[in-house]
Amino acid sequence: MLNYDIVVIGGGPAGMAAALKAKECGVDSILILERAETLGGILEQCIHTGFGLQYFGEELSGPEYADRFIQQVFRQKIEYKTDTMALQVTEDNKVYAVNKTDGLLEIQAKAVILAMGCRERPRGALNIAGTRASGVMSAGTAQKYVNIDGYMPGKKVVILGSGDIGLIMARRMTLEGAKVECVCELMPYSSGLTRNIVQCLDDFNIPLYLSTTVIDIKGKDRVTGVTIASVDENRRPIPGTERDIECDTLLLSVGLIPENELTKNVGISLDRVTSGAIVDEYRETDHKGVFACGNVLHVHDLVDFVTQESQIAGEGAAKYVLGQKAEAEYITTKGVGAVRYIVPQKVNIKNEGDVKLFFRVGSSFKNATVKVSYNGQEIISRKRPRLAPGEMENVLIKNDMLKSFSKDGVIEITVEA
Amino acid sequence: MTKNITCVTCPMGCGITVELNDNNEVISVSGNTCKRGELYAKNEVTHPQRSLATTVKVDGGVHNVVPCKSAGPLPKEKIFDCMAEINKACAKAPVKLGDVLVENVCGTGINIVATNHCPEA
Repeated sequence: MLNYDIVVIGGGPAGMAAALKAKECGVDSILILERAETLGGILEQCIHTGFGLQYFGEELSGPEYADRFIQQVFRQKIEYKTDTMALQVTEDNKVYAVNKTDGLLEIQAKAVILAMGCRERPRGALNIAGTRASGVMSAGTAQKYVNIDGYMPGKKVVILGSGDIGLIMARRMTLEGAKVECVCELMPYSSGLTRNIVQCLDDFNIPLYLSTTVIDIKGKDRVTGVTIASVDENRRPIPGTERDIECDTLLLSVGLIPENELTKNVGISLDRVTSGAIVDEYRETDHKGVFACGNVLHVHDLVDFVTQESQIAGEGAAKYVLGQKAEAEYITTKGVGAVRYIVPQKVNIKNEGDVKLFFRVGSSFKNATVKVSYNGQEIISRKRPRLAPGEMENVLIKNDMLKSFSKDGVIEITVEA
Repeated sequence: MTKNITCVTCPMGCGITVELNDNNEVISVSGNTCKRGELYAKNEVTHPQRSLATTVKVDGGVHNVVPCKSAGPLPKEKIFDCMAEINKACAKAPVKLGDVLVENVCGTGINIVATNHCPEA
């Protein structure tokens, strides 16, 4: 059996940032487990630019952003195992993993950091009628084919879902010579960044059909076309609006789900809205010594925020290992009205620092006010020029304010138009 | 005349209004929240530019392709010409992040540089 102070599951931006921060905080015995053949996670295939503006103050591509952390992992001599699949986290923080050279690994950890990221919602979750012809895949799968393997998965493409990955792939496929017929979005608005609608669709005259979905997929061996239809306000297809579009490929960009199998198996409580663990301000779950950060905790829009969150988890795990974590007296946080969720879901009032509460709204607002209350009493009110479901927001709770709270209190965040 | 554009410089995506005179010269820029937005808006209404991220073929590497980007923005109307030239290029492994893979693409004065490593297979 191997022994490490901290085992980090996942060697993407979250896992690397957490490991590096833990090292900086004085923990030397750290092991990163990574399923893929290299560190870097999903950034390796996100070759477009737009990463790092917040964290590095410059615009990087995904691989460049990842490389900055990979080089630091090398420099800090943090141990890692690639091509290694974590299978289980146990009650007593043992991690079971497997790879080709070591076989089955049994690793006793003092603290575990879950940084497994998220995966794309598959076709099976959508209930689209039609045949099982080849040519239907997630946008991320197509992204790997094109950007890592160097293959084009199709020539005439329809994309369902206008999240950022769908938009980015519309441009990428177009640049490589495919014809992207259209992007269909079930909702009356796109969840992607406006800049991506401009530079990925408008630049190439790719139509974006809002309140539209794919209701049928045709083709025997290979997709030959799809049927799209407008949907009503209940997102049900409107009879008579069906339209056939000839294509050989359907890309799905219909949402991301935190990959929490390991988390569930060890019995960690999950938040029903984020589909990630319920955590405190150091991102510690309700299983002692197990932390979670990055997209496995809640889906982020910017990797820069993943990095920042993971550094918090890395610091928390280090404090836990070094016995520096303050005894807990928790208050809980709660999103009200348009505020769909808040991370962290609970905050230790004995914490010595300030605490940032991250939250996401369910609909768009202009010139709205974010209001924070403690046990029903307003404590913070902040103007925001705009709020959108695709953009994570935060409010800072200063430490002196935190100190004035008492155990089992409730912080609520709401938005007033 | 005024033109409304969305800034694509960063994920903020500011809505910017540019006022032009009859000679198509920029009189004013408003709505931007930073200097880069002002520059973007001026360029966008006079000579639009885009940065390009794509891949270059690799011979003898662990992968068939290595990701790359234009070291600076390219004229928007030349993007497909640049793609054609980049797709003709072939790098020899090992490729290091930052290596110049295509010099002066389509005579724009801009180099295409690798954005990841591609070790030898």
